[in-house]
Amino acid sequence: MRLGIEVSNITKKYNGDPILRNCSFSFKTPGVYILTGPNGCGKSTFLRISSLIEPPDSGMVSFFSDGNPVPADLQLRRRITLVLPKVGVFNTTVFKNIAYGLKIRGIHRREVEEKVNRALEFVRLSHKKDQNGLTLSSGETQRLGIARALVIEPEILFLDEPTASVDQKNSLIIEEIILTMKKENGPTVIMTTHDQGQAKRLADTLLVIRDGVLSAGGDQK
Amino acid sequence: MDSIIESFSKALSLILSLNRELWGIILLSIEVSGTALVAATILGLPVSALLGFKKFPLRGMIITALNTFMGLPPVVVGLLIYLLLSRSGPLGFLALLYTPTAMIIAQTILAFPIVASLSHSAIVSVDPIIRQASMTLGATPFQISLAIIREARYGIISAVIAGLGRVMAEVGAILIVGGNIAGFTRVMTTTIAMETDKGNFELALALGIILLMISLLINLALYFIQKRGVEGVNR
Repeated sequence: MRLGIEVSNITKKYNGDPILRNCSFSFKTPGVYILTGPNGCGKSTFLRISSLIEPPDSGMVSFFSDGNPVPADLQLRRRITLVLPKVGVFNTTVFKNIAYGLKIRGIHRREVEEKVNRALEFVRLSHKKDQNGLTLSSGETQRLGIARALVIEPEILFLDEPTASVDQKNSLIIEEIILTMKKENGPTVIMTTHDQGQAKRLADTLLVIRDGVLSAGGDQK
Repeated sequence: MDSIIESFSKALSLILSLNRELWGIILLSIEVSGTALVAATILGLPVSALLGFKKFPLRGMIITALNTFMGLPPVVVGLLIYLLLSRSGPLGFLALLYTPTAMIIAQTILAFPIVASLSHSAIVSVDPIIRQASMTLGATPFQISLAIIREARYGIISAVIAGLGRVMAEVGAILIVGGNIAGFTRVMTTTIAMETDKGNFELALALGIILLMISLLINLALYFIQKRGVEGVNR
């Protein structure tokens, strides 16, 4: 059964300033959730807390599968993943960057090769696989981040502003990747963007954060 | 001027003639310094990782001490080891004074702070985003540490090479604890010092040329390793 998230009354402050105020939402059904709002409104913080990278000051993030709670341990962390706006590329080839998540899971070499090649093809980076990951353009780097996340077959994929610092061509490629994932019943995608047009193009469910308060912007299906 | 040129030409012919004594000294130097470097690396890397990844009391003091000990005067190290290993010293029963083992201990002590401190700097210089990226991909804390060490690899290799440079060129400590015994503890640097005293410049120069060549090779290796690391980051 697909993993779901229940975010309850999350509050977060940085240097005393509230970033998130009592945010609650239930990501029950698969699909693409787009979190939008102006810069600095708390979108990224919400994503980091929901993906267990950062703890909230108060409130709770709980995961469930088939209605049953799932403990927040390493096993759960390996079923979700977050692609950060600054991807964090390892100083090695594109192939090895993407293979990392599989290698730390002890996946067999042949399977790693197959999956990485598939992921490379999916994000259209096959021709760059032997190149050092640090030599990619910002758009390609984002695609590398997405491939590195997708290759581990997460049930929930968090994307933090994946098109914020890329050119239009790469932005469209990333949108196409997300739409293909949606069509192929890929992972639940929870993504932040400040691009309203993109939000409308991609979202099954639109969420808005304004002044740290989360509100549902409506079902877009 | 003529005597210098003559000494040089004799030194070169000594090198080319594959003089047995000369090569014995070179091989012992490499053996002593190589073993000391391996020991310093085995001890230094875990210390650098511990200092890089864990926060604990006295951590700052240990880092400061390591940085200070990078400039340890070799003669002081030699003197301390001598006092420890001399017959009347606390470790005199081991009978290690004037043996290659004593020289290895002295050089390990000299190389350890360099390897540990520079490796620590390389580890803490890794972009924090690497830690987060590994975490988001489901790495365990140990796997995250390994990923960071892998990112710091060029800096760590540079640290090890810097340690090698330190021990290969060192003379004070090994002269005190090794005693410069012919065929047993005589290495390149101690031979150069002794032969210069005796006015036997050919052998001293021959060893000096070889030491310079080794130093050049070490620095070339360091240059290419650092260049590769920087190119990776900047490309």
